[in-house]
This record gives sequence, C-alpha cells and structure tokens, in this order.
Amino acid sequence: MPFNILVLSCLIYVIFLFLVAFVAERRAARGLFGFLRSPMIYTLSLSIYCTAWTFYGAVGYAARSGLEFLTIYLGPTLVFVGWWWVLRKLVRIGRQQRVTSIADLISSRYGKSNLLGVIVTVIAVVAATPYIALQLQSVTLSFGVFASGTPEGWALPDQASTGIWVAAGLALFTIVFGTRNLDAKEQHPGIVMAIAVEAIVKLVALLAVGIFVVWGLADGPADIMARIEASPIANWDLQPGRWTGLICLSAAAVICLPRMFQVMVVENADEAHLGRASWAFPAYLFGMSLFILPIAVMGLERLPSGANPDMFVLTLPLSEGQGALAMLAFLGGFSSATSMVIVESIALSTMLSNHVVMPLWLRLLPGQAAKGDLRWIVLLARRVSIAAVLALGYAYYQMSGGSAALAAIGFIAFAGVAQVLPSLLGGIFWRGATKTGAAAGMVLGLVVWAYALFLPSFGPGAVIPAQVFTEGPMGLGWLRPQALFGVEGMDPLIHAVFWSLVLNTAAFFAGSLLTFPDPVERMQGAAFVNAFDDEMLTGPLGWTRGQAEPEALLIMAQRILGDEAALVFFEAETRAQGKAGYLPDPTPDFVAGLERRLAGSVGAATAHAMISQLFGRATVTVEDLMAVANETAQMMEYSARLEHQQDELGRTARQLREVNEKLTQLSVQKDGFLSQISHELRTPMTSIRAFSEILTEGDLPRAQVASYGRIIHDEAIRLTRLLDDLLDLSVLENGSVQLTLDLANLGLMIDRALAASCHTRPERSFDIQRSMGAEDIFLRTDADRLVQVFINLISNARKYCDAREPSLRIAVRQRGGRVTVDFIDNGSGIPKDAQAVVFEKFARLSNEARAGGAGLGLAICREVMANLGGTITYLPGQRGAAFRVTVPLRLEKPGVA
Amino acid sequence: MIRPRAPLFLAKSGYRRRRLADAARLVPVFGGFLICLPILWSPAETDVRDTAPDGIYLFLVWAGLILAAAALAPGLRQAGGAERTGPPEPGDRAGPPPGTGD
Repeated sequence: MPFNILVLSCLIYVIFLFLVAFVAERRAARGLFGFLRSPMIYTLSLSIYCTAWTFYGAVGYAARSGLEFLTIYLGPTLVFVGWWWVLRKLVRIGRQQRVTSIADLISSRYGKSNLLGVIVTVIAVVAATPYIALQLQSVTLSFGVFASGTPEGWALPDQASTGIWVAAGLALFTIVFGTRNLDAKEQHPGIVMAIAVEAIVKLVALLAVGIFVVWGLADGPADIMARIEASPIANWDLQPGRWTGLICLSAAAVICLPRMFQVMVVENADEAHLGRASWAFPAYLFGMSLFILPIAVMGLERLPSGANPDMFVLTLPLSEGQGALAMLAFLGGFSSATSMVIVESIALSTMLSNHVVMPLWLRLLPGQAAKGDLRWIVLLARRVSIAAVLALGYAYYQMSGGSAALAAIGFIAFAGVAQVLPSLLGGIFWRGATKTGAAAGMVLGLVVWAYALFLPSFGPGAVIPAQVFTEGPMGLGWLRPQALFGVEGMDPLIHAVFWSLVLNTAAFFAGSLLTFPDPVERMQGAAFVNAFDDEMLTGPLGWTRGQAEPEALLIMAQRILGDEAALVFFEAETRAQGKAGYLPDPTPDFVAGLERRLAGSVGAATAHAMISQLFGRATVTVEDLMAVANETAQMMEYSARLEHQQDELGRTARQLREVNEKLTQLSVQKDGFLSQISHELRTPMTSIRAFSEILTEGDLPRAQVASYGRIIHDEAIRLTRLLDDLLDLSVLENGSVQLTLDLANLGLMIDRALAASCHTRPERSFDIQRSMGAEDIFLRTDADRLVQVFINLISNARKYCDAREPSLRIAVRQRGGRVTVDFIDNGSGIPKDAQAVVFEKFARLSNEARAGGAGLGLAICREVMANLGGTITYLPGQRGAAFRVTVPLRLEKPGVA
Repeated sequence: MIRPRAPLFLAKSGYRRRRLADAARLVPVFGGFLICLPILWSPAETDVRDTAPDGIYLFLVWAGLILAAAALAPGLRQAGGAERTGPPEPGDRAGPPPGTGD
C-alpha cells in the first residue's frame, strides 16, 4: 500500500476523532450529557488499559512465552470483579475529595503534602516515559511494516521522523482537547468520547483479524487447537513465580497507572457505572485476548522465521493479501497507541502542573496568589507539560533505539507505578499511615526499581557498568542489581518487583509506626478511611478559626475558576446561607467547600496552600482537632443528658398523675365522709327535735313523757358517742394523740376487754377459747388504747357473728419483737369484696344490727394501731371473721409521734 | 470520636444486601485461586503438550468470573445507592455544567 494513502487514512481517522471529541464537548457544554455519561462509555474508556502493547505486543508475547500473556489481563480482571474491595472506595474518595490525579489522591490523603505529590509525579513520569516511547515505537513500526516494499509514492521517511510527526500530532490533539478548560472537576467529555470510539475500533480490529485467522486461514477452533499443540508455543511451561508475580503486578498497575486512575476515578461521572464496568471491562479484556494465541500460532506457521512476532497482527493479513483487514488492524493499533498517549499525557500534565509548577510558582511569587489570572498559568503549565512528557517519551525512544521487545518495556512501567500501591492501599484502609512512611516507602521502592530494573533495561554497560552486574557495586556482591541480598536465579523482572515492593512496604509500615501524623493528615486519614460513613466527612474542620475576607476569597476563586463560575459558586453559597448577594460569610463549611472546589482544578495541596495564604494560617493545630472531637463528645454527652432528663420528667409526670388521682379520690372520699357525717348526725337530731317538740306541747300522760324523755336521752347519748368517736378519730389521724406508755400484761388486757364487751348483746352466750399460757406477756404500750381495740373487735364479733353456737377464739403468738393477737369467730365472715373496705370510715356491711356505733369502730382501731406502732388486718381463710392485731413488744417513745 | 452504634440485627433485605457484598468480595478470591490452580498441575515436569487445554481452562474461568460479577453487580448497585444518603457537598450545590469555566 502506498505510504501516502496510509498517511491519508491516518489523517482522515484523526480528523474523525477530532470531530467526535468536538461534538461531545459541545454537547457537554450545553449540559446534554445523555449517553456521554453512560456506563458503556465509562467501560469503553477504561479500555485504554489495552495500549499498543496489548494490540501488537500481546501476540509477540504469546509467540515467545505462550499463555503467560494472559497474566496482564487476568490481574485487572481480578481487580475489577473484586471492585467492592478497592475500586469502589477509590471512586468514592475521588468524588468526595475532588481528586484530580493519583498524585493528588496521595498528597491529599497524607495531609495535603506536596512532597508526596511530587514523589508520585516523579514515579509516574519516569515510569510513563518508556511506556510512551513504546507507543511511538509501535506506531512507527507499523508504519514501517506497511510501507516496506512499496517504494512508489512518497519515499519512506526514516523512522525517527515518523516518530516526531506522531508525537507532535498527539501533543496537538491532547492540548486541544485536554487543556481546553480548567474545570471544577478535571473531566474531559470530548476525550473520553474519542477514547471510547477508539476502544471499539481496537476491539473490532483485533476480533476481525482473529476471526480471519481462525475461520479464514484455519478450519475453525478445533483445527486451531491442533495447530497450537503442534506449534513451538506448546513447548511453553508455566513458571509459577512469573505467573503469580505478573498477575499481582498487572493487578497493581491497573489501580496505579496514572491513565487508568484518570479514566476510572477522575473522569467517573457516576459511582454506579463502576458496577457495570466490574464485569463489562473484564469482558472487554476477554474479547481482546481471545484470538491472541491463534494469531501468534498462525503467524509463526505462515510467516518467515525472521518476522517480528510483535507485528503479526499486521503482517499476517498483509501476507495473505487482505489489504482492507490489514488497514483495519493498522487503525486498531494506531487507536491503541494514540488513546494511551493522550490520556497518559493529560494525567501526567495535571500532576506536573498541580504538584510541581503551581507550588513552585506560589513559592517563588507568593504575592501573586491573589493577583493576576492564574488560569492561563495553570493551562500553560499543562500544555508545556504535555509537550514535555511527549518529548521525554520520544527522547527515550531515540535513546533506547526501539529494539527491546514491547512486553519488556511495558512491565518496567508497571513495576514503576506499582511502587505507589502500598501507600495508596495503606492510605485508604489504615488510619495510622503517615506522610513519612509513605514518602520513605515510595522513595525506597523507586530507588530499588530504578537500580534493579529500569537502569539495567538499557543493557549491561549502558548506564550501570557491566562489572556491577557480575560483582556488585564496589565489590559488594549482595548489591548486584539482579541478585539483591544474594537472591539469585530469580527472573530479573520478578526479582525487581519482589524486592522493590517488599522494601517499599516495609519502609512504609516502619515510617508510619515510628512517626506522628500532623493534624491535617489525621483529619484526611479519617475522612479517607471512613469514606463510606457520611457523617465522618471531616472537611469543614480545617478552617474553624481565623478570618478571611470573603472578597479576597472571591477574587482568588475568580483567578482559578474564571469570573462566571466563581460568581455562580459564591452566589449559590450565599443563598444557601440565607443571604442575598455574592459574598457569603466565611464559615468553615463554606471555606472547606471552596477549597474542595479549587482542589478540583489545581489539586488539594495547592488549593490548601492558597487558602492558607489568605487565612494567614497554614495548618490546623492539634488543639483544633481536639476541640472538634471534644465538641462532638460534648454534644453526645449533652444529648445523653437530655435523654436522661426526659426520662426523669416522664417519671415525675407519671408520679404527679398518680398523686393527682389519689387527691381526686380523697376529695371524693371527703365529700362522702361529710355527707355520711351529716346523715349520721341528722338522724338522732331529727328524733330529738321531734320528741322535744311533742314534750313542749305538754298535756301528755306521765308515762309517755318519761318514755319520750328516755328516747331523747338515748339519742343524745348516741350523738355524744358519735362525736366522741369523730373527735377520737381526728386526734388519732393527726398523730397528736397522747399515749401513756406503761408495762401491761396482755392476758389482763384481754380480760378487761372481755368484761367490758359483755354489755353488747348480753343475751348471747359466747364460747371464748383462750390460751392463757401464751397470753402471759408483758407489753410496753398504751394499755387503755389497746384494750379499746380489743373491745371493739370482741363487740363486733358479738354483734355480727351469725353462728347458732357462736364462739370466739383468741390466739396469741409472739414472733420476733412483735406479738400477734388473732380474734377468730365461727360466723360466716366478711365477704371477699368487702374485706378491703371494712377499715374505712362509716363502712357497714349490713343495715341490720345498727346497735353499735356509726361504723367508725374499725377505722378508729386502725388508727390506734398505727399510733401504737402496730397493725390490724383482716385474716382471710379462717372459716369466720378473723382479725389479726400486731403490736410491738416494746413501743419506744420517739416512735410514737 | 464515638460512632453511632450500628444495629446488631438487620431486616431480611438488609441482610441479603450484606451477604451480596460478601459474595462480591469473595469472587476475586476464588478467581485468584482458580487462576493459580494450573501451577499445581506441575507443568514443567510433564511432557504432555497442555497449552491448549490450559488456555481453554483459563478462558472458562475468566468467563465464569465475568458472569459472576455480572450477576452480582445489579444488586450491589442498589446497595451502593442505599448507602448514599449523606447530605450533598457544598461544592455540588453550585456546580455549573462543565465547560462554562472556560
């Protein structure tokens, strides 16, 4: 194919990509995201993992080492199907902290430290340089393959100038679409769209070649299987060390590669997309690797033995005369290379400008932070960085001569970026990880990587003298680059990966354990590790004290975000604070939000530094942290106290309600008592009045006068007794009763009571059962009062006992310091429902036999017993009415009152 | 700082979501085991030409992992959505559409 047609189709393809990116940017600018932010586009954009190294190199790798090429895709597959472990957290943190690059993530996690940002940037640039060179080399090689043997048309330019043209074209594309805007979130919809298109081209091209090979050249899968077994590839043996080592390495790389981080975290539009990508991206890799081995086998079979296996994807269709297929394959390879270079250089330029150029600029010209438009400086820094990164890649390509196998270069880059992994994982899962630990780990890892892998890759004698390889530096045999600490016989790549990561991790842990993190670091550590606890967002804590003029903040924000965007942001914040205008109060919330917003453009470290300049305070102090923690603890304590008080209030309210009920009941009782009393007083009064009226009329027979006079006298006595009882009761209830304490014999008291009560219904003969022995107890009490109680009980028994042969048993028992006296008759007793009220005033069980008092007897008894320090209760279940009187053996004076 | 205590027992739906997340965490572990299994077949000691069967085995494992992840992903997406209940960030409130910053 003529070289000029090849160039022409390349140009058309590039113009097509420009158009795609342009249209996508236009739609995004108008807010029409639609499918631009779909899980499919996200997944396809992840495919920049498959660079020209995959597209061309995988076949070469398979031809040299059989199935080992799969390790590069199995590692990422494991990481993605295990997205719930790491990727989910990374994406969440990336969105919460508005992370702009992997260097920004590390720097932000470890206290917005710019030093770490610089270290990660250096690692990324050093590791990416050979990788970019690899892409340039593969494009140049593919040009060479196509153009060879067709001298007509343009003369084939030498490879170097092809490389220059490719590099320059890529730089232009990246600058145009990668640095068009400096936005709140470092997202590039145009570029993502173009990459997605290129991803499809890659996949289709490789599948097309594969299908052609399997069904065009061979006779289907079974035939291919047979050919694989027959080919030299089948001599490959799985080396356990390399197999597991490379899977781990590629798994680490897919997380840490700057370009993967860029599309996976920074360009992520929605966390839910990751869920789809968790299986769709492995499926994409599956599709990309499916036909690698068949292509390699057929290439080895059909092409001359000197052919470069890295170019089989191109040369196989070409040699079979399939020009169109070869063209498609060429475009696929071209896509792989360009998409990788574009995203990689964007990611690296963001890191370079945010972590190297801007801090330097702020350091050198501190006064400029609030003056002059910073945006063009940032953009200029990015553009220069893109050019510089590509220039570095080109230089490496020139220097290395582009001879090494593609796979080897790729692994060097993987091992380089993997040095970030310990600090990254440690940072998001372990709060104890510190800046010093991370820096020590990464620097040590980088040094070991450079010494054991990167520098030796230039060949013995190129950078490291050949003698060092065999004898070690200065004769120190244990420091030989490919046999560190005497570990010989290991594959050089695995050896370097092993030692660099082991030493890196060891230094990381040792540094973290031995040092104390500063407050910002601890705050960020907590925010990162607890990214899924929303309340743990510790963002606003940073600026609790100190003052900044809102206007100065606005001016600074305008310098970075642009006038319009800054005003919109400030206005929204002002409105959120419930004010009008453009100047919100510089509350901690607002300043933290602003810092995060700025961090989305210039990185966390720079944004923090710029705001500190206005705040006149560079860091938070431990006191601030403690204050916040205290505040939280106090709040919790306070709320616990409130809760406690609420409980107490509830309890008190319940008690009050109960008391209130009792009071109401008492009031009802009092009313009842009053009406009872007036009734009781009224009855005798009425008869007295009636008979005295009759008497005053005179003219009555003498006998009648005497009879009426007796009735009046009886009723007056009844009244007096009632009044006496009432008086007695009120005295007893008040507790103001005067007791005369003396020693008295219980038996004698009972005798007295029996004698006194025999007046009640004297016509009935009662059988009294007593136990004289038990009664012989001396009590110290008020004998008269106690006898009063006994009389009352015995009279009651005489009055109410309805048995034909009534009997009363008086049982005395001494228990502890108390004496119980039971009065049990053989009547029908008191019904159960009445037992509760017998001791109430005016409680009478029946209307017959009113001969006794007014129903105050038992009420008085109860009060008397209370005054004597004893009790009187009804004893149920004695086959008759039974009362138990309990008195203390010795009643002490003070207890009386 | 004292964190609010999470409930000790969950309702059935919450319980299932947790187990789904556990399953998602286990997938790469099993995957790693299956992928490393060929090491135990002592490849270097046999003269059998086993590259093609090994390749088929690995691709089958690979497809199995993809299917497992695809089966788990929809349920997990919902679980992730349920977790996202925090207040919006202040910066999000005022975010202009990308592109206006230029």
